[in-house]
Amino acid sequence: MLKITKTPKCYVGGSFIRSESGRVAPIKDASGAFFANIPLCTRKDLRNAVEAAAKAGPGWATRNAYNRGQVLYRLAEMLEARAAEMSDAISLSGISKKDANREVRASIERVVHYAGWTDKFQALLGSVNPVASSHFNFTVTEPMGIIGVVAPDEKPLLGLLSLVLPAITGGNTAVALASGTQPYPSILLGEMLATSDLPRGVVNLLTGRRDELIPTFATHAHLRGLAAVGNLDERKALQIGASDSVKRLKLIPSETPTDWFAENAQGLYEIRDHLEAKTTWHPIGA
Amino acid sequence: MPVKKSTCPAARELLFGDLWEYDPAPESAPAFIEPRYGLFINGKFVAPKTKKYFDSISPRNEEKLSEIALAGAADVDAAYQAASAAFTSWSKLPGTERAKYLFRIARLLQDRAREFAVAETLDGGKPITESRDFDVPMAAAHFFYHAGWADKLGYVTPGRKLTPLGVVGQIIPWNFPLLMLAWKLAPALATGNTVVLKPAETTSITALKFASILQDAGLPPGVVNIVTGAGETGAAVVNHPLAAKIAFTGSTEVGKSIQRALAGTGKRLTLELGGKTANIIFEDAPLDQAVEGIINGIFFNQGHVCCAGSRLLVQESVAGQILSKLKIRLKSLRTGDPLDKNTDVGAINSQAQLDRIRELVACGVAEGAELYQPDCELPKKGFYFPPTLFSKVAMSHRIARDEIFGPVLSILTFRTPEEAGEKANNTCYGLSAGVWTDKGSRILKMSAALKAGIVWANSFNKFDPASPFGGYRESGLGREGGKQGLLDYANLIQVP
Amino acid sequence: MSTRNFHALRGLLNDVGAVDQVGIDERVAKFATRSIKKNAKVFGLKLAVTMVDLTTLEGKDTPGKIASLCQKALRPHDATDIPPTAAVCVYPSMVKHAAKHLRGTPVKIASVAAAFPSSQTPLRTRIAEVRAAVADGADEIDMVINRGAFLAGELQLVQDEISAVLEACGDRTLKVILETSELETYDNIRAASFLAMRVLRPGDFIKTSTGKTSANATPGNNQVMLEAIRDHFLATGIEIAMKPAGGIRTAKQALHFLVAVKETLGDAWLTNTRYRFGASALLNDLVRQLVKEKTGAYQAPYTFSESSSAY
Repeated sequence: MLKITKTPKCYVGGSFIRSESGRVAPIKDASGAFFANIPLCTRKDLRNAVEAAAKAGPGWATRNAYNRGQVLYRLAEMLEARAAEMSDAISLSGISKKDANREVRASIERVVHYAGWTDKFQALLGSVNPVASSHFNFTVTEPMGIIGVVAPDEKPLLGLLSLVLPAITGGNTAVALASGTQPYPSILLGEMLATSDLPRGVVNLLTGRRDELIPTFATHAHLRGLAAVGNLDERKALQIGASDSVKRLKLIPSETPTDWFAENAQGLYEIRDHLEAKTTWHPIGA
Repeated sequence: MPVKKSTCPAARELLFGDLWEYDPAPESAPAFIEPRYGLFINGKFVAPKTKKYFDSISPRNEEKLSEIALAGAADVDAAYQAASAAFTSWSKLPGTERAKYLFRIARLLQDRAREFAVAETLDGGKPITESRDFDVPMAAAHFFYHAGWADKLGYVTPGRKLTPLGVVGQIIPWNFPLLMLAWKLAPALATGNTVVLKPAETTSITALKFASILQDAGLPPGVVNIVTGAGETGAAVVNHPLAAKIAFTGSTEVGKSIQRALAGTGKRLTLELGGKTANIIFEDAPLDQAVEGIINGIFFNQGHVCCAGSRLLVQESVAGQILSKLKIRLKSLRTGDPLDKNTDVGAINSQAQLDRIRELVACGVAEGAELYQPDCELPKKGFYFPPTLFSKVAMSHRIARDEIFGPVLSILTFRTPEEAGEKANNTCYGLSAGVWTDKGSRILKMSAALKAGIVWANSFNKFDPASPFGGYRESGLGREGGKQGLLDYANLIQVP
Repeated sequence: MSTRNFHALRGLLNDVGAVDQVGIDERVAKFATRSIKKNAKVFGLKLAVTMVDLTTLEGKDTPGKIASLCQKALRPHDATDIPPTAAVCVYPSMVKHAAKHLRGTPVKIASVAAAFPSSQTPLRTRIAEVRAAVADGADEIDMVINRGAFLAGELQLVQDEISAVLEACGDRTLKVILETSELETYDNIRAASFLAMRVLRPGDFIKTSTGKTSANATPGNNQVMLEAIRDHFLATGIEIAMKPAGGIRTAKQALHFLVAVKETLGDAWLTNTRYRFGASALLNDLVRQLVKEKTGAYQAPYTFSESSSAY
């Protein structure tokens, strides 16, 4: 009996979309056989994703921290429930089952790690500042807004999540371009996001060609920050384009491999990369 | 005694005349400005390899104050080489030792505070009361504050160790020459970096005087190098391969070009750029203090302040009241010779800036906003512009959108808190905001809603070394001051 | 406190607007940075002399003490170009003694009255005291408001009592003391200023303090009251006068208070019909500084003071 195959779709604004252009690119499985057609998203798809992220932003940013933590934890539960399927998706491209399993395990732990940060980073990064005048002065952190993520080609799940999670933990929304060489795990991740409690539009995942989309990531003024892995030319293009809107950049060279499993690939300072510090003054008087 | 009669109740005008006119009270302390300044490289004043000097004039009366060396690419290179050589030992110095240098610098600056204040006023045109009571003491405070951090960096970032970046190139503006130098140098040195600093070409004098404090403090040669010049010198500072980081304060336009220039270099960057700050007055605000906050917000330092409260948003129900209070208040605001101790608004920094202010004010009039300026006699020589209010301003007017960087206030109105927030945030900038209301919960809500790095509630233009400063959006990247500011001068290394 | 009274105070505060304490303190600190030199200083010092209500309010006051005080008010110094003070300010029982020296002179007789400084006697007693002082020749009456009633929110009572005293004053000037230290907050001081001003006539005063509590006139409460006077004038056209009292001991302080007047209310208030200093020691320092300006030599304080403790 013929198996029903799945049409891969991107997760944008809580919906599953194909590219507005109708373009797709075939991907193969480990044996070299046709597996599916992956959407080749365009700059317009990116624009739409930014719109979706913008819509979701205020609600996500003002959810209380405890609630954001539970939502992220729920995502870990969804990943765990479909861990085997995700592992298969990763090993599609020829990665060993063992390595794929390891990546899935690390990804789930990464989600749990950030789920526990939501109600703590503020206490560590903010401050009450002892100014010399008669004012109460305090610094809190706030999300920057919409963060553009350009994920590494390798570690299609862990690499992507390592960049997306700190952004959304801090209350930002994210528009991410998944691995160019191994896009399928991001398709599956979108399905898990959809069944987690994450509000629609908080994370938006695109598949497509880096060379086509990087210029738009660079120049879209509504993206307030970028977290991108890229080569020298890509990093240069991103920074040149970003300068027009003074974007905050976190650029990771792809020439030297990043150890995405490492302890320092996660944590407080990754969250801080996508936060603004806001300082409020108020007089002390009766 | 007969029952007194009101003289003329219909008039109801307050007369701010010359019944008791203050006599001129010029500050007489000497500024000790040299006739010519070289570049400060490797602990010594040296002649520029360009052999060129440019005049520094006083905006107060257009008289020449000194000749300043013009640093070329070779001079900037010499400065970077010196800074790079000094980095090896400076970065290895124990924090306690770096701290002592910074404490010493703070003290030496306090010793010579009056001299520096006079020099700052002569060179930049700001009122002597501001340079005396704000710029110089605040500069000393920044060194004192950061001195204390130098041996306590291990407490700043739990789980990470702060290590210095290397040589930092710093470019500072002309509005707070000495204070911006302090904002830049103090955290850079406290975290163990060495520096090549370029002051603005119109206001180099206090930076060069400050170099003599570094000599007196015995700071190792090369730890701080000061190169003077204009845009080309700045470009050489930005583009030098030895720079690990560029810290820039100035216009958004130049800031963007620096971000572009650094693309692909891996150099770190912090920017402190322009603003179009909204100062929001709710009807329940303490109105007289709000008026003072508005005045301070826009006329402090002639409005040459990146966070100047240049867009006043007043709730409609008190708009008329605020405008009339502002007009009354302007009558006792004294514009004139910045060296006079009773001057509130001093000289515009340069002819170029004066021209820009005049152009934008003309534009405001042409676009139909209503102009008000008090009668005030301005000095014949020098660059002066009267305090200016524009009422009936619309969000689309250029004077409501462009940074004027002068003593010009645009007044707009709003009806509800949400509208106030929307109007305040409707800009590409995000440096600061003011909120005036007697209702505490509204302050916290507005503060959260405003896209700005600093929110002054029932206050304005407050600064402190312990309080991080810096903007959202196109107002910049990074923070200066506070523990947050230290992170922009350091690498965060995983603690094993 | 009854709900009604609470709303009355709240309503008044809402009506007259809030004051931010830190903002006021910053504002007055700016006045203190004004540099008053040369002619401006001499003018300011002389102006301040003409504004002094030379005061003695002691249980041990005698007709003899009053006599010497009156002489000093009329002629603060041998130098003839130093003008007389605005008034002497005494207890009601001393009014008739002061009158002997001051009748027909430009120096007015001010009397504290109405159960000064507590105001804690029946209203009819207070009224009787005011009438007696007026009958004895007082030109000006300094009363203090019923702070207890104010703090309890009984604003109508406070205002009615002021009106009653005002009526007893007849055509004499009334000065209403708020006793700012007992009202405590700038908000209360502003509210009480309006409460008084709304029943006062042009030329009547509001005044900070009795001088009998721990804290007296400060640049801050002076400023709050000047701004209240300005707002009342701009709204109604009624010019209320102002008198800070107690704690102003040096010429420098007085000049800074006058800077506040100049820059808040303007030239029309730089006259002793609109502004006074309630003080005893201030006059000595004003004269001392005037002599210094004239001779160029710093003066020793004991030449200008009767204080036996002068060192």
